[in-house]
Parts: sequence; structure tokens; C-alpha cells
Amino acid sequence: MRIEFEKVTHSYESSNPMSGLGLANVSCTIESGQFTAIVGKTGSGKSTLVKHINALLKPTSGTITVGDHQITPETDNKNLKPLRKKVGMVFQFPESQLFEDTVEKDIMFGPKNFGFTEEQAKEAASKMIEVVGLGPDYLTKSPFDLSGGQMRRVAIAGVLASDPETIILDEPTAGLDPVGRKEIMDLFKAQQSRGKTIILITHNMDDVANYADKLMVMHDSHLVGQGTPKQVFNDQELLNKNYISLPQSAVFAQKLAAKGFTFDQLPITISELTAEIKQQIHGD
Amino acid sequence: MDKLIIGRYLPGDSLIYRLDPRLKFLITFYFIGIVFLANNVASYAFLLVFVLFAVYVSKVNLLFFIKGLRPMFWLILFTVALQAFFTPSNDPIWHWAFLTLSKDGLVIAAYIFMRFILIIFISTLLTLTTTPIEISDSIESILKPLKAVKFPVTQVALMLSIALRFVPLLIDETTKIMDAQRARGVDFGEGGLIKRIKAFVPILIPLFVSSFSIAYDLAIAMESRGYKDGEGRSKYRVLNWSKRDNWTIVFMVLVTAILLLLRSYR
Ligand SMILES: Nc1ncnc2c1ncn2[C@@H]1O[C@H](COP(=O)(O)OP(=O)(O)OP(=O)(O)O)[C@@H](O)[C@H]1O
Ligand SMILES: [Mg+2]
Repeated sequence: MRIEFEKVTHSYESSNPMSGLGLANVSCTIESGQFTAIVGKTGSGKSTLVKHINALLKPTSGTITVGDHQITPETDNKNLKPLRKKVGMVFQFPESQLFEDTVEKDIMFGPKNFGFTEEQAKEAASKMIEVVGLGPDYLTKSPFDLSGGQMRRVAIAGVLASDPETIILDEPTAGLDPVGRKEIMDLFKAQQSRGKTIILITHNMDDVANYADKLMVMHDSHLVGQGTPKQVFNDQELLNKNYISLPQSAVFAQKLAAKGFTFDQLPITISELTAEIKQQIHGD
Repeated sequence: MDKLIIGRYLPGDSLIYRLDPRLKFLITFYFIGIVFLANNVASYAFLLVFVLFAVYVSKVNLLFFIKGLRPMFWLILFTVALQAFFTPSNDPIWHWAFLTLSKDGLVIAAYIFMRFILIIFISTLLTLTTTPIEISDSIESILKPLKAVKFPVTQVALMLSIALRFVPLLIDETTKIMDAQRARGVDFGEGGLIKRIKAFVPILIPLFVSSFSIAYDLAIAMESRGYKDGEGRSKYRVLNWSKRDNWTIVFMVLVTAILLLLRSYR
């Protein structure tokens, strides 16, 4: 599903002097089937940006187009279900949304709200629990008996189960162990190859380099840069302003460059880096 | 939910902010008491001038106070209408079935309206210019004499300040959970009554769970920093009584005297 932001501004609590600017005049396009990463330091407006995509927040001015839905300041709160079915969202701390007495019921909650029958929802639950890497025996457990990481997987399963066309992930791997993190990221990449549009908020630049097709950089409520990860990580101006840090491979390459290696463009993944080094050492 | 002005602190600096919170707390209650002494146009007008003067000195925008009235709007309207239409009179301006509108009734209604305004403004002034922590510190300090009868003043004050501290936290948490459930297709405020009530289960349970876990974490954090209740705890925030507080008392005595004077003019 194609998503387009047109001059979107959002200020929190417009009538209150304690207000803060959430988004300032953001325009961008996210193509269908793309894996887009959004980075930026704490409080830069990333969560505010993505909450507009399923109308949890409405713009103070500007328009968001999601597939054939339009969200404007006038959009009312009714009839948003079709949009929210298409746009699934995993929140920063999804474990705090679990409430049913079994994992299965919790995963079925979303699908049933979106009009799945009991059987369809059950089927989706048993499929998704496998997809997120927990066995079927977890279905009968209480979500409150799980560890934080397991809760997060259940919450992710609950969002995937409604079969959304676009999946928004707000720091889905914060606090997971390295193996778990890779599993979860691979899971999202697999969802992309099944035709889904993925939007990922993250602080991990290696995840950006390894998984994303497109990168957007937020700073102080503004969209300050966008392009392929390679373009953005090679954008000297952005780097100088310290809006973003670099993936490990690029940092390593910079250190090599100081010792006499030359890179036309900074390699951003390990495989790119090793290829470059090999070529420069063997000279072929 | 964020629109509630009463009970919210607004950072700022002015004479009113710097007054000893105990004094502010006591004066607020004192003022609410003397509002009921007013009995004619002059005395109400005087109290209104006093409140507006206090607002002016506090340097808080008057708009905040007017917004503070909003949640009470229906209550005020109801009470005022009750007074206006149900005050019996021999000399009604307008009469229909059991409703009577008279000059006396209207005057009483206007007084009631003034009382609401005065009381709401002064309490809003207290909470806007005093942090919740200061308020609970003052309550502790004011209740101290009760220690003599074994009333657990310190513990009650601690409970109070923790509770106050948690209100904004829980509001945030509720908003977050509501967003998450909305994204999973819950419609709040749609459908019949049963459906609406049902829609709150997915909020209340996570809210309970997270409140318990926050409380549990807090208890551990406090114990690991050596908290134990009992006597002899020193205070990090010290309440300081200063000259301006004395002057404020003098000022209040003056206000009371003028009020009593105005009151006796009939
Ligand atoms: N509910 C709210 N009320 C008022 N201001 C808010 C609210 N939520 C966010 N803000 C403000 O909007 C700005 C952007 O916040 P946002 O949550 O989008 O940041 P973020 O980029 O997601 O940060 P993080 O990496 O910490 O999640 C911040 O300055 C924040 O203070
Ligand atoms: Mg965020």
C-alpha cells in the first residue's frame, strides 16, 4: 500500500500553552512493498509520524494518503476500522497491551475485531504463533506468565494475525537478546517478501543497513534526510550535523580509510565491507 | 483526559509561587470559608477583586482559570438554574406550573454562581502554582500534631505523594494502551451500552497489570535505596517560612476586616 504524507504538521494539545510540536511540515512517500526504516534521536517525532498512518493521531494540517484512504484534520473517528485492518502496528512496548487469559485468545482479539470468524481467527493464531518462533504449546498459556521477550513475540503475532497490508514496527527489538533480535528482524523481512509494506522505527543502524530499502531521518520534528541507506550514510552533510550514527561496517571502513584504504562509498554491511577489503588487498 | 486544569501544576515563578505551600494551602481553605460570609453585592464584588488580584500577582494567564471552569460547567448551570427557578416568592416576574422566576431568586442564583467562580478560581490557583509534592509536604506538616494520637502522618503523606505522582503516569499509560487496542480494531464509544463497557476490558486489565508492576518496581527501588519507614527521617525538601508569608497573613487579616465591614452594610 502506497503511503504519502503531504505537508503534515502535528502539534500536541493545540489549545494548551504547554504544547509541543510533534511534526513540522513533513512530506514523504513510502512505496508499496518497501522496507522503510525511520531513525532519529529520542523525541524527534518518529512515533508521532507513524501514528498518523493508521489515524491514531490526526494532522493539525496537511494530508496523509494511505492506499485509497485519506486522513485530514477533519477526518472523524468513525469508520476507521477498514484502515486499521490494513495497517497493523506493533507499539514500542507491545507487552502492555495483552489482556486475555490465554495467548491464543489474545492473538485472536485483533482478527475478531476486524471481522474474522472464530475459526479463521483460531487458524490465524496457530499459524502466527509458529511464525514468531514460539511453539503451539504456548497457545494455552497465560500471557502474563511469559518473559518480556516472549510477550513481545505474542504481541507481534497478534498484529500479524489480522493480515495487515502494511506493518508498522516501533522499536520492536528493544530489549531482546541478539539471537532473538535477528530472528524477529528476519521475520519482518520474510513478511516483506510476501508483499507487505514494512515501516520500522529503530535506533540500530546495523538493522537499517541490513534490512531496509529506504531510510528516513527525523530531527526535531522535521524530516531532515531520506534515500537509500547507502545514500544517507554517505551524505556528508547529514553526518556532520550528527543527526545519525553509522553502522559498524561503515565505522570500520572509516578507520581503514584513515590507514590508506580508499572507498568511493562507505560500505554499510559486513558483506559489502569484506568484498571491498578483499578487492583492495588482492588488487583484483 | 488531558483537559482537566484543576489539579494540574503549571511551572512558573511569581510571588504566589514562592509563598510557603503550607500557607497557600491554609489560605485557600480559609478563603473558601469566608466566601460564605459574603452577603451583598459589595462583598461579592470585593472577593472577586481579591481573587483577580491574586491571579494577577501569580502571573498565570487568566485563560487557564476560565478553562478550569469547563469540567464544572453542567454542575454550575444545574445549581444556578435550581436556585433561579425554585426560590419561592410573593412577587414573581414569571410563573409557570412549579417554576417561579423572581428578583430574589435571580439574586440568590447570581450569588451562588459567584461562589462557584470564587472557589474554583482560588483552588485552581493553588494547584497551578503548587506542585503536588509541595501540597503533600504541607499536608504532612499541617497534620503533624496528630502524631500525638498515633496517627501515621509520615506514611499517609508518603502514600499521598506517591498517589499524586502516579496520576499523570497512569493517564499516559491509559493513552498508550488505548492506542494499542485501537490499532487492534477496538472502537471506543461506538455501539450499544454493553458493547461500550466491553470495550473497556482490554484497557482496564493491562492498566491494572502495569499499575501493579509499577508499584512493585517502585517498592523494590525504594528498598534498594534504603527506605524504611519510621521516625527520624530527614527531609530533602525543606519548607521555609519567610517574611513575605507574614505579610501575606497581615494582608489576609485586612481582607477579612474589609469583608466584615462590607458585610454589615445592608
Ligand atoms: N502525548 C504527548 N503530548 C505532548 N507532547 C508529546 C506527546 N507525545 C510526544 N510528544 C512530544 O512530541 C515530540 C515527538 O515525540 P515522539 O514520541 O514522536 O518521539 P520519538 O521520536 O518516537 O522518540 P523515542 O525514540 O523516544 O520513541 C517530543 O518532543 C515529545 O515531547
Ligand atoms: Mg517513539
